[in-house]
Amino acid sequence: MARTEPLSGPIVTAREAGLVACTRCTRVWPLSETRCARCGSKLVSRDTQSLQRVWAWWIAGFMAYIPANLYPMLETRTLVYNQSDTIVGGVIELASHGAYGIAFVILLASVGIPIAKFVAIAFLALSVRRGSRIGQVRRQQVYEVVEYIGRWSMIDVFVVAILASLVQLNIVVTITPGPAALTFALSVIFTMLSAQAFDSRMIWDRQEQDGKAKA
Amino acid sequence: MYSDLDSLIACPSCDALYTAKRPAKGERAACARCHTVLIAPRRNAGLRIIAYALASLVLVMGALAFPFLGLSVAGLGNKATLIDAALAFSEGPFVILSLAVVALIVFLPALRLLLTIYVLTPLVLDRPAWPGAKRAFRWAERIKPWSMAEIFVIGCAVALVKLVDLARVELGPAFWMFSVLVVLLVVQDTLMCRWSVWRALNR
Ligand SMILES: [Zn+2]
Ligand SMILES: [Zn+2]
Repeated sequence: MARTEPLSGPIVTAREAGLVACTRCTRVWPLSETRCARCGSKLVSRDTQSLQRVWAWWIAGFMAYIPANLYPMLETRTLVYNQSDTIVGGVIELASHGAYGIAFVILLASVGIPIAKFVAIAFLALSVRRGSRIGQVRRQQVYEVVEYIGRWSMIDVFVVAILASLVQLNIVVTITPGPAALTFALSVIFTMLSAQAFDSRMIWDRQEQDGKAKA
Repeated sequence: MYSDLDSLIACPSCDALYTAKRPAKGERAACARCHTVLIAPRRNAGLRIIAYALASLVLVMGALAFPFLGLSVAGLGNKATLIDAALAFSEGPFVILSLAVVALIVFLPALRLLLTIYVLTPLVLDRPAWPGAKRAFRWAERIKPWSMAEIFVIGCAVALVKLVDLARVELGPAFWMFSVLVVLLVVQDTLMCRWSVWRALNR
């Protein structure tokens, strides 16, 4: 499949070759360059500030995720009852009506994915410093999955938006968004920024250091 | 030692360095160790992406004009458009959320389509790139994870199920337009080869 070829034999990184790569357009430049002349992006051989930004967004995301679970996401008012649903409450509500498939989707998007994401990002960030028994290829895959799937957590916020806009029949029934809709959306956005701040090239550097230590 | 840096390519995910060779149309060149796709040129990709992007823009505008869900309870009916949904959070601090939803489901996907058309049109016509094309393409790439049209479509389906007990609900024309839009967006992404575009922008 691959028609590109390593310079010679084993893989050499741009950094080892005395070059700095542009992560946006893949062009390489001498290490001294600071801005890519092809696409205009900033050049950093390894983003050393990267981990700090990862952790800053991670903490912000986590702080927002706690109230997102405690406060109601959705408040339903009808003539006969008032009901406010937290994320988990909404899932139970769906399941009690027999909508197991949808309940599972929401549980996955609003609880499973966010928690898995916090764990995965923390693991990746820690493994850069401490190394890991889990191989580079596997960790790169974890990173790609986190980046791809994190956005899908936004689904519950959209559902609340749709319900609230649609069900405005005042007297009969109204649905209004609860505070958790806001904090949950913030949590998703912050964790996306956390994942984006991670420089995945650091996953692969460790192996090179280890390799040199053994040799 | 590397006199012609232009012929090299570095994997953006793991920094591995390769000599870039354009694979045959339809084939892909991937990084040998992390498997990130580096180069994937497709036949007439530019022209096809522009065509799909134009069609997508029409769909976005259509989806804005028509309701995407309709419901009726006890004789009272209500229909919601995309803008209604986005503006559902209009009180106090929820305004921020409203703006975010408008951005994620309408503004950013539309902006990305416009930027893509702006960048690719002169390239397809074999003309020099239009001013600011590099910046435009950089932004189009940066916006990508924030354009959430497909997630909204699934959200509609979930909302539908949630409301089934409460009211009679039906999917409006905008829902179907948005569904087609999502398919077109996915096709555009598979056709897009960043390496080829950046190269063409610097001819
Ligand atoms: Zn560049
Ligand atoms: Zn790679």
